[in-house]
Amino acid sequence: MNELVFFINNVMIAGSVSGSIYAMGAVGVTLIFSIMRFAHFAHGDMMTFGAFMVLLLTTLFPQAGAAIGVPTPILMLPLAMVLTAGLAVGIDHTFYKPLRAHGVKPIVMVIASLGVTLMLQGLIRLFAGTGGSSLYVDDRKEIFRLPIPIEGVRMPVVITEPQLYLFALTIICVVALHFFLSRSRLGKAMRAMSDNPDLAQASGINTNTIVAVTWMLAGGLAAIAGTLLSLDVTFKPDLSFFLLLPIFAAAIVGGVGHPFGAVAGGFVVGFAESLAVFNWSVLLRPFRDSLPEWLALPSNLAFVGTEYKIVVPFFILVAILVWRPTGIFKGKVIT
Amino acid sequence: MTQPRPPSQQRADSVAAPRRFPLRELTLFLALMVVVLAVYTAMGSAYGTRMLVESACYAILALGLTIQWGYAGQFNAGVMGFVALGGFCAMFFSIPVNEAFWNSELPGELGLALLYMLAAIVLVVAASRLDRIGIPKPLRTLIAVVLGVVLYMVVINNFREVAGQIESQAGFIGGMALPVWFGWIVGGALAGGVGYFIGHVCLGLRSDYLAIATIGIAEIIKAFLKNADWLTRGTATVSPLPWPVPGPGEVGFTLARALYLSVTAVIIAVIFFLLHRAYNAPWGRMIRAIRDNEVSAAAMGKDINKRRLEIFVLGCILMGIGGAVLASFNSLFDPQGYLPLNHTFLVLVMVILGGPGNNLGTIFGAVAVYIIWLMSEPLALFLMQLAVDIGSATFGWDAPTNLDSRALQARVFVIGLLISLVLRFAPKGMLPEKVRHHG
Repeated sequence: MNELVFFINNVMIAGSVSGSIYAMGAVGVTLIFSIMRFAHFAHGDMMTFGAFMVLLLTTLFPQAGAAIGVPTPILMLPLAMVLTAGLAVGIDHTFYKPLRAHGVKPIVMVIASLGVTLMLQGLIRLFAGTGGSSLYVDDRKEIFRLPIPIEGVRMPVVITEPQLYLFALTIICVVALHFFLSRSRLGKAMRAMSDNPDLAQASGINTNTIVAVTWMLAGGLAAIAGTLLSLDVTFKPDLSFFLLLPIFAAAIVGGVGHPFGAVAGGFVVGFAESLAVFNWSVLLRPFRDSLPEWLALPSNLAFVGTEYKIVVPFFILVAILVWRPTGIFKGKVIT
Repeated sequence: MTQPRPPSQQRADSVAAPRRFPLRELTLFLALMVVVLAVYTAMGSAYGTRMLVESACYAILALGLTIQWGYAGQFNAGVMGFVALGGFCAMFFSIPVNEAFWNSELPGELGLALLYMLAAIVLVVAASRLDRIGIPKPLRTLIAVVLGVVLYMVVINNFREVAGQIESQAGFIGGMALPVWFGWIVGGALAGGVGYFIGHVCLGLRSDYLAIATIGIAEIIKAFLKNADWLTRGTATVSPLPWPVPGPGEVGFTLARALYLSVTAVIIAVIFFLLHRAYNAPWGRMIRAIRDNEVSAAAMGKDINKRRLEIFVLGCILMGIGGAVLASFNSLFDPQGYLPLNHTFLVLVMVILGGPGNNLGTIFGAVAVYIIWLMSEPLALFLMQLAVDIGSATFGWDAPTNLDSRALQARVFVIGLLISLVLRFAPKGMLPEKVRHHG
């Protein structure tokens, strides 16, 4: 049973944590992809920017959270979301809108977004330095150890406070997004525009508003994901580069233009990563004695070492592009 | 034969532009020469020559990217990976043989491990073809997947063991002690092979997917080279790498670097000549036709995906060669030194600033941007210092201590800004591609 708890800690919890982060990032990417029709590479850095805003606000007012009993970074999160959403709209206005007005090819927009990535990264590193820093300025990260009430189990299930917030916020965001897209006027207009921009415009939908709303949604979600990731580990300016590939893999696995597909894709990629780096010989250890002589278990049965974790999303990406470019939920293949 | 129409009926854009004096090219290159001479006088000839050699290596990379992006409109965001592969080959084939490895029984074990790997691949491929002898498809898929997982585990564990032994007994497997140019050629071939794999997967889809996949493969190549200590010594780095010309120890810095520069100049001249011929040949016209209008090119019976793959692989080969030449010149193979900023985005800026699709413009862009890049570091430090001096004098603000590393980050910002500005205000670059219309 200890092995099973080990499995829960290392695969179930770790997988859902990274899955939630990827899911929230991928939703933003897939929304931008379906409305503006280009792969937005600066998304990872919008996440970092959100986390950086939280870091700034938390250092400015370290005691603010204690008043109402939540960690200060969580309290600062809504403000950071607004700031990141504003940044996203601003970036669109200064960098992407003129190019769109020129009617450039989508791949030029991709290059422009790479330029934005570098600029954001440069600015963040300029102000935050290159090292890591904890978002818990004044509070302490609480770690819950839940003992399992079964005979002979010594290992507790370990879960931390930011992870609980992460799960809660992911569920809230997904449900809210669902109601926004399916019930509200704006959300329906967004879906219409993603299906057929010309028709949407002809039927009186203000495409500029939709574009702005898309950026706000993407920016807000990016801020949540970035902040909670930084809360779970630490804040680092180069966080984004390692997030880019899993997020895009998640968006493509879920089917481009499919927000809920992106959520599912995020969890697929997150769990695949944690399953691939998990050492399976731990799980097989209880059966070690009953195995035949010639089948001695090696001590390391992980598919890939943690240093090759980035291979997993890439492999998923290649596999989905080869076998099912539309993604598991039949998204668009944007041409 | 068609009759030439009277001038009044000729369309303005269907006439070949009259041959004009290349004033723009001449001015730009003269200005560049002045800057290079200024660097020579300010920093000394050894520094100036090093700068020129490095910018020549970057020019090879930029030519590789310009045929992908400029000729064919494919965006490769993982130049770094191909550069690193080239650098690895330059290292592996040219450095001396490691006797400690070859005199033990390790080569045999490594060969056996590789043989197992090959056998496993053959078995899995065979299992995936089982449906041809009447086994139902779902069952075939199940067999192939289970077999793949089990064999992968066996092989990878076997391999880890051998790699660990090599690391503990011999350090790493050493080199081949072959001539330097051999490593350069293999580097190009290997980069082309990886490019073929990526292109095969992605080129049928929209170009965004290619950008995502190339970023991924670049990171994977870097992770592999960094962690495969048995092959590359990983973070311990390998140096010195031999030069194809007499080294600085024999003839002095300036002369040795000048000799190396002439080697790179010959390589660039050959590549330039071949590309020029290809660009003006029917093949080049076809490539541009595909870039500018895929549908009509397909309607003319051109095999779009095959041509795209061709040009993508060609670009990757050039990147591999450029990376190999660069690594040999630095005389150091450091997998951690390959950064997306230095080896992907810098090359991208060179191409889009110089003029995508215009080889001369690309070479101009490579040299000009590399000089700006080198000069930006002292400049950024100077500006930061100035800001700090003013700040501390007026507000008593105490500066952060790690100013040097932060000044370096300013370059990230500048490169990003440059990309955005060029795309916005000079989308065709300084020396735009000359599109010739045939009347």
